[in-house]
Amino acid sequence: MESGVFHSSYQADMGLRPTPLMRIRLIVVLVAAVVFPFFANNYQLTLANQILIASIGAIGLNILTGFTGQISLGQGGFMAIGAYSSALLVINLGVPWWLSVLLACVITAIVGGFFGLPSLRLKGLYLAIATLAAQQIIEWGIIRSPLTGGVEALVVDPPLLFGINLSRDFNFYWLGLILLIGTVLFAVNLFRTKVGRAFIAIRDQDIAAEVMGVNVFRYKLLAFATSSFFVGLSGALLAQYRTIVSFDRFTIETSITYLAIIIIGGLGSVSGSIYGAIFMTLLPAVLTNIGSALENTIPQMAGLIPFVRKAVFGLTIILFLIFEPEGLAKIWRDIKDYFRLWPFSY
Amino acid sequence: MSRGFSHVLNSSPLQPGDTQLIVNNVSLSFGGVKALHEVSLKVQQSEIAAIIGPNGAGKTSLLNCISGLYHPQVGEIRYRNGKEHILTSLKPYQIAKLGVARSFQNIELFKHMSVLDNLMLGRHVHLKSSVFSGGLFWGRAQREEIAHRKFIEDIIDLLEIEAIRKQQVGTLSYGLQKRVELGRALALQPSMLILDEPMAGMNAEEKEDIARFILDINEEHGVTIIIIEHDMGVVMDISDHVIVLDFGSVIGDGTPDEVQRNPQVIAAYLGESKHG
Ligand SMILES: Nc1ncnc2c1ncn2[C@@H]1O[C@H](COP(=O)(O)OP(=O)(O)OP(=O)(O)O)[C@@H](O)[C@H]1O
Ligand SMILES: [Mg+2]
Repeated sequence: MESGVFHSSYQADMGLRPTPLMRIRLIVVLVAAVVFPFFANNYQLTLANQILIASIGAIGLNILTGFTGQISLGQGGFMAIGAYSSALLVINLGVPWWLSVLLACVITAIVGGFFGLPSLRLKGLYLAIATLAAQQIIEWGIIRSPLTGGVEALVVDPPLLFGINLSRDFNFYWLGLILLIGTVLFAVNLFRTKVGRAFIAIRDQDIAAEVMGVNVFRYKLLAFATSSFFVGLSGALLAQYRTIVSFDRFTIETSITYLAIIIIGGLGSVSGSIYGAIFMTLLPAVLTNIGSALENTIPQMAGLIPFVRKAVFGLTIILFLIFEPEGLAKIWRDIKDYFRLWPFSY
Repeated sequence: MSRGFSHVLNSSPLQPGDTQLIVNNVSLSFGGVKALHEVSLKVQQSEIAAIIGPNGAGKTSLLNCISGLYHPQVGEIRYRNGKEHILTSLKPYQIAKLGVARSFQNIELFKHMSVLDNLMLGRHVHLKSSVFSGGLFWGRAQREEIAHRKFIEDIIDLLEIEAIRKQQVGTLSYGLQKRVELGRALALQPSMLILDEPMAGMNAEEKEDIARFILDINEEHGVTIIIIEHDMGVVMDISDHVIVLDFGSVIGDGTPDEVQRNPQVIAAYLGESKHG
C-alpha cells in the first residue's frame, strides 16, 4: 500500500523515490535490465540498443516539447548534428570516440540553441514550422557539404574501450544503459529544481512566468540547448553503435517518429519517453514478425507489410491523441492508482 | 493555527510613508482606443492603495504598465527600491527582480504544477541553481531547494492552504486558485504587491478571508499593496488611499472619505449604475 506515507523532513519529502513500493519497482526494473543481455539473443539486443538510444533522444525532445511546450520538428536534424559531429571528429581529427561523443553533445546544444532563436517571436505551429526549416537546412547542409561525404555514408572505426569493441551489441548495451540512467537522473532532477520548473511554467503560462521573474526568452533558448544536448547524445551514440552514418536516418520522418514517441509515451513525462521509445521500436518489429509468419499462408503479405506498418503507426498516434493525450505514462499511472486502493477501487 | 512567519516577507528598504511608485503622465492607447489618458499618481510605502472604476476604465491596463506587460506611448513610471528605476523601460522579468509581484484578474497559474511548485516558482528570482547543478542535484541546488521550501511553508501557513499543498493547481476550486495565486506573488518576497481583483467571484466568507490575509500582509509585514476591487464595501474598509479611474483618466485620488465625497466620482458611479 502506498497510502499514508509521510515524511518528517523537507529533504525526505523532496527525495526522488519517496515510497517503498516505488523503490522496489525501480530495483526490479534495474535488475531486469542488468540480467537481460545475458539471456537475450543478438536480435533482441539490437532492439534493446535501439530502445536505449531512442529513449535518450526522446527524453531530449520531451524536455523541449513536452516540458517547455516548444514543438520541434528539428529532432532528426539535431540528431544528425550529433551523429556527424561525433563521426567527423573521430575520422578527421582523430579525437577519441568518448570525447567525440561529449563534444557532439555540446555542439548539438549550441546548434539547437541557435535554431531556438525564432522562439523569441514564434509560438506553437509557427515555431514548429521554423524548426522544420532548421531540419531542412541541416539536411541540406549535410548533403551539400564536402566535409560530410554528402549522400555517401561515413564509416567510423568501432569505438574501443580497453580493447573491447563497444559497437558489438552486447557491449554497447552497457554503455547505452549507463548513459540512459544518467539522462533519466539528470532530467528528473532538472524538473524539481529552478530551471526545470521555469521550463514547465513557460509551457503552462508564459506571461505569468515572465511576470514572476523568468527571463522567458533566455529560458526557451536554454530549453533548446539542454534538449539538443541529449538529442545530440543519442545521435552520437547511433553513429558509434552503427559505425556508419548516413543522412537518410535523420530526415523529417525521424522528427515525426520522435514526436510520436513522446505523444504516445506521454508529453512532459521522463518515464513516458522510455515507454514511447519501447513501443515505437517494438511495434514495427512485431508487425514485421507477424507479417513474415503469415507470408506462407498469405503470399501477398510480403508486399503489404510496409503499408500495414505505416497505417498502424498513423492509427496509433491518432488513437492516442484522441483517447489518451497524456500517453502511456498516464495509463500506467491509472493502473497504479487502481491497484493502490485495491480491493476498494471502483 | 498559524505558527507565525519566520522570514522577512517585505523586501522594500523604504520607510513607511516614503514615496515608492510614481506614475507620471502615462497615456496608453490600442489603435483608436485610449486605455489610459495622462494618468499620474503616487503610491507610498506600506499603504494599501485601491484602484477603482467602472469596467473598461483602464485599471488592469495601468497594472500592466507597472509590471512591464504594456508599454505606454507617453509618460513614465518610476519605482524606488533604494535606487530609482524607470519601470517603463524595463522588461517584466526585470521588474519582478525589483520585488514587484502581482496576481491576475483571470487566474494565470501554472495549471499542471502542484501548489508547492507554483509557489516555488515564485521564488525563482531568489534561486541560484543552474541547469548543471539542478540536473545533477548536487550540493547547493539541493540545499537551496530545502531552504526555500521553508519560506514557502511559511506562506502556506499564512494563507491556510496546508491541506492542498501537493495538489495539482488545475484541479482546485476557483477560490483556492485565487488564494494560491496570492501565495505565488508573496513567494517573490515582494517590495510591492499588486492584486487585480483578488476577490472577484467569491462569496462573502471567502472575501473576508482574503481581506484578512491582505490586512495581515500589510499590517504585520508592511508590504505596500495596490489592489483593484469592485466591492466598494471592501475597498472603503481596507484601503488607505483610493484612486478612481474613468475612461482612462484619474477622476479621484485621496482617502476613502475624500473620494466618496468627490462629485465627479459620484457622477461616474451613478452613470454606471444608470447604464446597468
Ligand atoms: N491588449 C489589449 N488590446 C486592445 N485593447 C485593450 C487591451 N487591453 C485593454 N484594452 C482596452 O483598454 C480598455 C481598458 O481595459 P482594462 O482591461 O484596463 O479595463 P479594466 O478597468 O481593468 O476593466 P475591468 O473592470 O472590466 O477589468 C478597454 O477598452 C479594453 O478593451
Ligand atoms: Mg481589469
